[in-house]
Amino acid sequence: MSKKEKNFSRRDFLKTSGVAAGALVGGGIIGGLIASNTGNETASPGTAPATHGETGSAGGVRGLMFFKNDAEFQILSQATERIFPEDDLGPGAIGLGVPYFIDQQLAGAYGENSKEYMQGPFFEGETTQGYQSRLKRNEMFRQGLQIMQQEAQKRFKANFADLEGGQMDEILTAFQEDQIQMQGVSSLFFFRLLRSATLEGAYADPIYGGNQNMDGWKMKGFPGHQAAYISQIDNEEFQEIDPKSLGAGH
Amino acid sequence: MVTTLDKVDVVTVGVGWTGGIIAAECAKEGLKVVGLERGRERGTSDFAIVHDEYRYAIRYELMQDLSRETVSFRNNRKQRALPMRQMGSFLLGEGLGGSGTHWNGQNWRFLPYDFEIKTMTDQKYGANKLPAEYTIQDWGITYDELEPYFDRFEKTAGISGEDTNPFWGKRSAEYATPPMKKTPILQKFETASKNLGYSPFMMPSANLSEAYENPDGAKINACQYCGFCERFGCEYGAKSSPEITVVPTAKNTGNYEIKFNANVVEVMKQGDKVTGVRYFDTVSFEEFIQPAEVVVLTSYMMNNAKLLMVSKIGEQYDPETGRGTLGRNYAYQILPGASGFFDEKMNVFMGAGALGMTVDDFNGDNFDHADLDFIHGASLSITQTGNRPIQTNPVPPDTPSWGADFKKASIENYPRTLNVGGQGASMPHRENYMALDGTYKDIYGVPLLQLTYNFTDQDRALHAYLTEKAAGIMQEMGAKTVVGGSPISDYDIVPYQTTHNTGGTVMGSDPAISVVNNYLQHWDAENLFVVGAGNFAHNGGYNPTGTVGALAYRCAEGIINYSKNGGSLV
Repeated sequence: MSKKEKNFSRRDFLKTSGVAAGALVGGGIIGGLIASNTGNETASPGTAPATHGETGSAGGVRGLMFFKNDAEFQILSQATERIFPEDDLGPGAIGLGVPYFIDQQLAGAYGENSKEYMQGPFFEGETTQGYQSRLKRNEMFRQGLQIMQQEAQKRFKANFADLEGGQMDEILTAFQEDQIQMQGVSSLFFFRLLRSATLEGAYADPIYGGNQNMDGWKMKGFPGHQAAYISQIDNEEFQEIDPKSLGAGH
Repeated sequence: MVTTLDKVDVVTVGVGWTGGIIAAECAKEGLKVVGLERGRERGTSDFAIVHDEYRYAIRYELMQDLSRETVSFRNNRKQRALPMRQMGSFLLGEGLGGSGTHWNGQNWRFLPYDFEIKTMTDQKYGANKLPAEYTIQDWGITYDELEPYFDRFEKTAGISGEDTNPFWGKRSAEYATPPMKKTPILQKFETASKNLGYSPFMMPSANLSEAYENPDGAKINACQYCGFCERFGCEYGAKSSPEITVVPTAKNTGNYEIKFNANVVEVMKQGDKVTGVRYFDTVSFEEFIQPAEVVVLTSYMMNNAKLLMVSKIGEQYDPETGRGTLGRNYAYQILPGASGFFDEKMNVFMGAGALGMTVDDFNGDNFDHADLDFIHGASLSITQTGNRPIQTNPVPPDTPSWGADFKKASIENYPRTLNVGGQGASMPHRENYMALDGTYKDIYGVPLLQLTYNFTDQDRALHAYLTEKAAGIMQEMGAKTVVGGSPISDYDIVPYQTTHNTGGTVMGSDPAISVVNNYLQHWDAENLFVVGAGNFAHNGGYNPTGTVGALAYRCAEGIINYSKNGGSLV
């Protein structure tokens, strides 16, 4: 990619970033609006909630704590949905609230690397030496999503959130195969972080904002927080148990 | 400005199993004991909402805050050591109870072979069974000498088990409580391993099969099989832990005090004795000196070694010359195993940390190594510890790691996958050791501990052999697909493997190759004791805690004798 094109892509991205969510033209957003208008509790495949301030699992409103505009959030939403898509088993990442979960995590101790050793000097190191970036996780996410958008523009001349599923997968695969240039972190490292965070949001207790309606647990047959299995563990049959959240008692 | 406190009889650095045992035994004898714990107080009432995989298992709620202190790591001396910036391969604990709070409770006695590994290997296979760079050595104590202390620890912790394993050392008494429930999942393993001619038995467990009162009067409840042990604390007080056993026992004497938020940074030494320790209050950052007649290092094995290094007590090991003992014989553990994918759904989410069955047919020298290019082996077990959904996403080979196929396969196989896992022994190697890092420091300005470690040819051979045995059991259990663990190449500090790190402050009978004697008394300072898995001259094929507990009782006896008579205990 020439320097000129790269600059153009970036400007284009920044321009669209400033636009409010509802004004973005794209299948994902329109689909989301349709879903909420028809009162479907589960979002349609590949759609993101169009507006914030909606009702979350805890009964309160919710919105963005880390990301500053909907364009970034839509990229995150679509990327996580590709990693963990809606299917006949149940909702995908968007329906489970995973993008909100990740946004909240990025705003707190996880995103700020509060419990990680972040003193210099920084060197690249061997793969076996692990995390050696000076970047915090939330910086990696912000950069990673920007580069996903740049890749979408470069490869398909469209916003990432508006791409076909297969096109998004192509970009995510390039990240996973370490073919994308990022600053201060490898694209493989970022991809693994994104994948892990998606699964964490799908299966963490709903008190964290993901795993809406405990649907992640229901799909998997995991009953969440149960006091005891002492009277069931001898049973040969698989036990179907209604899941329970830690938040139920509060 | 450093405040010097009143002198006490015994100070322990860290309050987990070892610090708690030493405190209880010494305080019962009338010695005044202070425990310095860098973390916070915690107990059963803090674990009411512990069934939270994300907080405890993924974000490491109970573990060390690495922003304050970590270790640095490299695979070999040619590499630049870099800090372990986030937790991965092993989980360093923090807070009252230490790793004894978040352990699974799998409680073993190392084999008689372990303690005399050099002598017994040489006798049977000749002196050149392993190349000279493998620094195996006897421990300076035999299983029979250690047996009463094993028994002591198991009675304190109320261990549940059955004495039916033909391969382990002779026991002077039955287990304190009967074994745990033999669930349908465990029965699959039992039947299969019997069919293969092996000798399966119930894993010795610190998640108790029934309520128990230990000889000190501490009460431990019956396990409820809730499936949240490792990385969690027990909300029932049913997983034997220091804070529900030895710590209250010590406190009840009136001779014990714990200071929390007290991070020790130096052992003070004058002449051939230590005089006390210097510590920071982690909240106020005030500095204190706690003088003591006896200093006992009872923190994690890495921190024990680091404190000796920064205090310049003992001679640092040098892999170039082979001289020095401090930091020498660092070992880890090798994890052969196999996964099996089944048709039927099983209750994999129920369980307990030490709910399992084991065969020892391929552990220690229980099988002939004459035609093998490694020594020792592994215990092979099935465990039903409670599979949780974030960490458990099993997929058959060739399944993508994300996307529609991944989602379907991981959900389908979550209740249909079992593992037979080995805890493989790890032999020390001349190039695997600990030292102080020359670049990176903790928030107190003290150098980080530096780890130089890689798997060896012995490890790779052991892994390949035992993985095949594990896969054989899984096949016999009726799995439709069996996948053996991939061969190991270089040690990688990123994925979680095991928190069974050993060595660096090795025990022995010869000061030229050990840091402490068999009472865990330092060769260079008679009133300094160092106890923990750092005393292991190599790592065996089991979890370390049972052996660590026995060494702590041995050490306590040594301290009590020393307090009366002084001098070297050997």
